[in-house]
Amino acid sequence: MPTVLNLELSVNGEPRQLLVPPHHSLLEVLRERCGLTGTKHGCELGECGTCTVLLDGEPVLACLVLAAECVGRRIETVEGLSVGAELHPLQRAFADLGAAQCGYCTPGMLMTAKALLDENPRAEEMEIREALAGNLCRCTGYWKIIEAVQWAGRILAGDPTPPAILREPSEVKGGCSHG
Amino acid sequence: MADAKGRNIIGTSFRRVDAVGKVSGRTQFADDLTFPRMVHMKLLRSPLPHAQIVSIDTSAAEQALGVLGVLTGRDVPVPFGILPVSHDEHALCPDKVRFVGDPVAAVAALTEEQAQAAVALLRVEWKSLDTIAGYDDALCSGKDQIHGYGDDHNFHKKVSLRFGDPEAGFKEADLILEDTMFFDGNTHLPMEEHATVAVPEGDGRVAVWSSTQTPHYLHKALTKVLGLPAPWIRVIGVTNGGGFGGKSDPFNHEIVAAKMALKLGRPVKICLTREEVFQCHRGRHPTLMSIRSGFRKDGSFTAQHLKTLLDGGAYGSYGVASTYYTGALQTVTYKLPHYQFDGARVWTNKPPCGPKRGHGTPQPRFALEVQMDKAAHVLGLDPAQMRLNQLQPKDSVTANWLRIGSMGLGACIEAVRRESRWDERRSKLGVGRGLGIACSSYLSGAGLPINWNHMPHTGVQLKLDRSGGVAVFCGQTEIGQGSDSILAACVAEVLGITLQDIRLCVADTDLTPVDLGSYSSRVTLMMGNAAVQAAERAKEIIARAVAEELKVAATSLVFAERRVFDASNPEHGLSFADAVQAAEGRYGTLGTTGSYTPPRAPGRYRGAGVGPSPAYSYSACIVEVDVDPASGIVRVPNVWIAHDVGRALNPASVAGQVEGSIYMGIGEALMEESAFRRLPAKLSSALVHKFPNMLEYKSPTFLDMPRVHTTIIEEPDVNGPFGAKEVGQGPLLPVMPAVANAIFDAVGVRIDQVPIHPWMVFKALDEKRRGGEGRYGPKQFPAIDYGDCLLVPTPEQGGDGKARNADEIGVRSGTMSDTAKKGKPC
Amino acid sequence: MLRLPEFTLHQARSLQEACALVAEAPQSTRLLAGGTDLLPNMKRRHQHAQRLVALRNVSELRGVAGHGSGEMRVGAMSTLSQLARNQELQKSWPGFVRALRSISSPVLRTTGTIGGNLCLDTRCNYYNQSEEWRQAIGGCMKEVGDTCWVAPSSSHCWAISASDSAPLLCAIGARVRLASVRGERVIPLEQLFVDDGIAYLGKAADEVLVDILLPPVANTRATYWKLRRRGSIDFPVLGVGAALRLDAHGVVEHVRIYLGAVASAPLRAEKAEEALLGQPLTEASVRAAGEAARGVANALDNTDFTMLWRRQMTAVWVEGALRELGGLAPRAHMPEMPLGAPGMVV
Repeated sequence: MPTVLNLELSVNGEPRQLLVPPHHSLLEVLRERCGLTGTKHGCELGECGTCTVLLDGEPVLACLVLAAECVGRRIETVEGLSVGAELHPLQRAFADLGAAQCGYCTPGMLMTAKALLDENPRAEEMEIREALAGNLCRCTGYWKIIEAVQWAGRILAGDPTPPAILREPSEVKGGCSHG
Repeated sequence: MADAKGRNIIGTSFRRVDAVGKVSGRTQFADDLTFPRMVHMKLLRSPLPHAQIVSIDTSAAEQALGVLGVLTGRDVPVPFGILPVSHDEHALCPDKVRFVGDPVAAVAALTEEQAQAAVALLRVEWKSLDTIAGYDDALCSGKDQIHGYGDDHNFHKKVSLRFGDPEAGFKEADLILEDTMFFDGNTHLPMEEHATVAVPEGDGRVAVWSSTQTPHYLHKALTKVLGLPAPWIRVIGVTNGGGFGGKSDPFNHEIVAAKMALKLGRPVKICLTREEVFQCHRGRHPTLMSIRSGFRKDGSFTAQHLKTLLDGGAYGSYGVASTYYTGALQTVTYKLPHYQFDGARVWTNKPPCGPKRGHGTPQPRFALEVQMDKAAHVLGLDPAQMRLNQLQPKDSVTANWLRIGSMGLGACIEAVRRESRWDERRSKLGVGRGLGIACSSYLSGAGLPINWNHMPHTGVQLKLDRSGGVAVFCGQTEIGQGSDSILAACVAEVLGITLQDIRLCVADTDLTPVDLGSYSSRVTLMMGNAAVQAAERAKEIIARAVAEELKVAATSLVFAERRVFDASNPEHGLSFADAVQAAEGRYGTLGTTGSYTPPRAPGRYRGAGVGPSPAYSYSACIVEVDVDPASGIVRVPNVWIAHDVGRALNPASVAGQVEGSIYMGIGEALMEESAFRRLPAKLSSALVHKFPNMLEYKSPTFLDMPRVHTTIIEEPDVNGPFGAKEVGQGPLLPVMPAVANAIFDAVGVRIDQVPIHPWMVFKALDEKRRGGEGRYGPKQFPAIDYGDCLLVPTPEQGGDGKARNADEIGVRSGTMSDTAKKGKPC
Repeated sequence: MLRLPEFTLHQARSLQEACALVAEAPQSTRLLAGGTDLLPNMKRRHQHAQRLVALRNVSELRGVAGHGSGEMRVGAMSTLSQLARNQELQKSWPGFVRALRSISSPVLRTTGTIGGNLCLDTRCNYYNQSEEWRQAIGGCMKEVGDTCWVAPSSSHCWAISASDSAPLLCAIGARVRLASVRGERVIPLEQLFVDDGIAYLGKAADEVLVDILLPPVANTRATYWKLRRRGSIDFPVLGVGAALRLDAHGVVEHVRIYLGAVASAPLRAEKAEEALLGQPLTEASVRAAGEAARGVANALDNTDFTMLWRRQMTAVWVEGALRELGGLAPRAHMPEMPLGAPGMVV
């Protein structure tokens, strides 16, 4: 019989004491044991990036990490992004730019982007594309996400100027809002 | 705030109403739902491509730990399907399986792990049948039949339509081109795997929460298979984590979950694995095409004869419509005086194909736009100008009797030409770099419902609260396209209130008026019109009350900024809440409805039901490619796209839909492919999806996405709400042919099929270097008897929309019957 | 949702404990490093283990020590992203860092380890599939049954080595240290690999990969070129690890070229090496070396793309890597690593 482990996890700064069999992934534990369904899943094989969460500040695929290996580490999910009712600048930028369409890849996208901006709020377009290259999105064509991450980076660096398409709607008629 | 027309939301890039839920992880998708006592279900799916089920032994599975119930085909014997003419699917196969992945049994257990373990204990005895892997097998009458109905052995559907006099047209031509082209299958790949939770309500009723684009049609299928009164079944379309057409059919797992929930008296959840999503499929039909067009020296069409052959997979799905769609929209962009379309769909032992973004039209659009590029080259014409010179006029009727309203393709072509500096850069970028152009058009909603009836296609109901809040009820389904936001915005706009004042109740067959579903780019136009109508009716009632209250004429009242006031004296007015109270005090509880039915199309021939739409969107696209001659690898640095959306209700959302369409188009053009493996026939009958996973089914990443330069063209259409037309599908269509045309501009080879893999370019370049044609593509189109041709005179010929010979031909076979037969071996 | 089978988990706290734990039942135990290869394989039930011994807390397996001027030691449990960020590696072995950054995707590299990438299970289209899919084809030689569907008449399995780090590390002459209850041994990295799709590791089941030893740089130039479909996520369909040293006259005095993803082990392209040895790096010599590499690789239909094209691309990719090492201008239109990407920053 498999043993059941008594795990003490820290999720979004909150302690969680759980009895978990060793073969359960962090994804299963977050969604099915902690009730944190904000973290989604698209393949469970590490191929799509949908289940990305932060572990000690680094983006990891929750489907490929055993919950038992997360003891003593800082787990952050999309539910922990906002402070109280205040949205994180990334969440605001994603919401305002339409960077979330179906919204299913969004939590993973936000967490990967957070790790990037925590390290470098001035990340440039190519750095953003590289950092997010393991997170697939089928709706947006990625550009609204890139713009949102750039904008959130500006907000974090103290410059809240919104992208052109939000300043003056007619600008989009003149052509590209991103190069 | 309000602009000159008093509009304050429509036309601005407002934050979508679902945005905060989605960025905070609060939005619940179907697999996020849990209910007390909920259990989990898994399906046993066929490991064989084509076989009879001899027996199923469920005893070991029934005894397994945690197992609560097992169902087989005997428990759900009634067939269903999305189209009334092809109810050929079963929730669980009763006697026969038709592809690897066809479900045969279901197990419910306390945990998903237990259900999975028990599925492995099910024992099935099979009797193998011939594997029909592709066109060759399907066209051979000596092979086993997949279905006992259809137009001829393994032909599901044959269509033959002639508009005008193509032969006369070809005689007028200065140049006739004939090409064989192939568009391979691909799939939607929504990020969310389909999930369903069925919740029994204890009194014989059941609620089904599902990631479906079409709750209304799922409701119909459930009613039929479960044999319950329709009002006892409630379908709730949960916010979809992407659809793209892949969640538009009623699916077997949805029906089985409902059956299991009724059997167990407990909520039952099923969430598909990614591989099962590939098996549900309903993706792009692999389509072989023969296209023959006549051109005058100036590049204008004299006639076209298009033949298509669709590999439909194992079931009907939307296939009859898909077949017609491979011919229907060839006429709406350029003047085409004479046109013949022959289409056929065959069954094969693969997951069923169906409606993927663009439904049946990207394939012939590829053939058309690539052939035009070839004609321009032969005739020495600028491909952009050649297109501009022969646009189908606005407010016209096409040769196949489609009524065109607004038509902004000319403006689209001009825009991409200007933005990409086409005139100065085309063919001047040096070897390896090139520009290509293609155009397209798409429906803003199918003109006819799937189940023919006289009722509206959509309805919206408003409940006005004395608090000033407005509850909006509509059956429409949010699949990521932003329909919730359009619904809220249309109502808020008319009533002059904010999006926060609106409460939505959507996609619930018990609570909301029917909307047919999120397919055919119909929601913004149809639901939008219904919403505007409902809101205008509410406005009228409120205005009457406020007019009395303020003693001003109702016609001089303005609804804006959450107030109702006198236009000539804006200070003189009521808050919107007070205005509602004034109306409720006079007329009682306030509620209104709105609905929408598309205008009747002029075509009267059999098949005329596919293609009509209240309005057509238009797109023009220029793609820049960088081709490595040593490897054949194609990169796309830039895409310029102009899309005629009629009116951009939310420009940021429109741009998002355009960029997403370009994304999927680039995937289809260069890498996405539903490839299958037929093992050596001597050793095995196996036929499996080659790559049913997200690692090997290549969806472009952040690093593969070109820059997109979007121009939104606004030629308002009288049929659209505030003039709006569709944007979710149309901009995908021109990408694939534009890529192919750009490759020709870059390196001088023609790739007549998609996806365009590097080895194809490599091979074509190699062939060209050795003095050959420099083309990669299918060599020939098989001889197919498309049957009797319906002869339809065109409007120009003075036709009346009817076929001349409808009575002689009569009704073709193709209705359901059970006459499995086997002809001669091939 | 795809889920893991049941197993017991032992979290080793020292190398000695790890060796002892695995020695208790080497055949039914698997070592868990990052888990990014093992866990998906276990979810699909290709790999089975009653016990996992987790190496995460084994401090002896962590860290990078030394400088490029001498031998460097890279702990096997270092994650791919830790190594890619390591400044000494960036300075001394940029080609290695390039290989690391080409592995899978950024969100996987935070978990995947260098030891895991070297021990990566061999891959094949007929094998890396779900349990149900494999049932539908009746299984293959690598797991059950006796047919290799890639080459049905073959008596051995053709699954490919898909490690991106292995060809580069073989080319620079890295060595690896293995430990077990029986003691330690250091072997050249290429001896860790066996050209057999099933028994692909030259390491006993009870041996733990401890670290990778990089030789002194000593003017070695090394690079890694990867062919794949997309800019990220994909395994290589061809990898070229090349390392060489020039003498004072600019003549190649030492060269090693290894090809990845074309055989069950990194494949040394000796003919290509011969074409370069004693030659300066010129347009002609790098082209000749590329041509010589073409015949080395016997790519089969076991991954993305067609096998004939992959064989053709061997020449192009080897030439591309050598042009970079020789400082020759890249060929016009030469795509950088990702197919569709506008440009890859390495």
